[in-house]
Amino acid sequence: MNRRLFPLLTGLSLVIFVTAPILIVRAPYESTMGLVQKIFYFHFPSWMAMFFTIFILGISSVIYLFRRKPVADRLAVAAAELAVVFGLMGLITGPLWGIKAWGVWWQWDARLTMAVILELILVAYLLLRQYGGPGSDRLAAGLGVFAMANVPFLYISTEIWRTVHPRTSVVPTLPVDFGIPLWWSFTGFIVLCLALLTARGRLEEQRAAVDKLYLALEEE
Amino acid sequence: MDCYHMRVLLVVVGLVAIGGLGPVPVVAQLTEAAQDGFVPMGDIPPEDQLPAAPLLVAAYAVVWAIAIGYLWTIWRRLGTVEQELAEVARRVKSKD
Repeated sequence: MNRRLFPLLTGLSLVIFVTAPILIVRAPYESTMGLVQKIFYFHFPSWMAMFFTIFILGISSVIYLFRRKPVADRLAVAAAELAVVFGLMGLITGPLWGIKAWGVWWQWDARLTMAVILELILVAYLLLRQYGGPGSDRLAAGLGVFAMANVPFLYISTEIWRTVHPRTSVVPTLPVDFGIPLWWSFTGFIVLCLALLTARGRLEEQRAAVDKLYLALEEE
Repeated sequence: MDCYHMRVLLVVVGLVAIGGLGPVPVVAQLTEAAQDGFVPMGDIPPEDQLPAAPLLVAAYAVVWAIAIGYLWTIWRRLGTVEQELAEVARRVKSKD
């Protein structure tokens, strides 16, 4: 991982996150939900950042399963942890929106339940890597691919099943005034995600270097 | 007890009895919660509605707190690993 990339990406995400509230304040209120709908500008991008990291996890896991490249495995671990972090953001901001919009913090409908299950799969991945012992890397890679396979189903779940959650089709049909702050925040989340991925990837690289040195020490 | 006192006592007892049945205690009058049955209502009054602004602020604060907190954990773990790396590298060098 490039060491210079992290400060560059962090600085860029900071600029976007400082300017995003200005655009969010200027955006019009949604007619049925009012002020609370503005949570959408952080809620939706946090899920998109989660999906982005899950795709990195899934693709890296496939590469690791077939090519056994350690760099792919390190990237998968970093991406899985980030996916949990962004998923947590989505799972907390969602109920804060829901209590006002629906009158309840939580509803066990298809979209919300699938989101929790996906988060649990990712937590299971991390637990497996932490406590699974030898060989758990391949098993975890399989779990990473399974997590990636879940993403399209989660995304289209509101179109298939009746849920209280706003439909996925809301996003492509957004009026421009709603769209500008949303896509600006989305860019900020993706840049932040890349910055965190760079930092987390470096941590995995350093861990691998430590392991290599320990092995060298034992062999002598 | 003469007839007059008997009548006064009856009036007092009667007033107490009527008073007990009539006005409810002050504490009970403060709340208007239904006790005998619930009646549905279309919309709750504005003063009972949950304000949106604290929820919005909380949502943004949570996102920021998680992002900064996570970055801090990476920085802390990286510091520990780099320290360990330096230590092991020194041991390897001293063995050579």
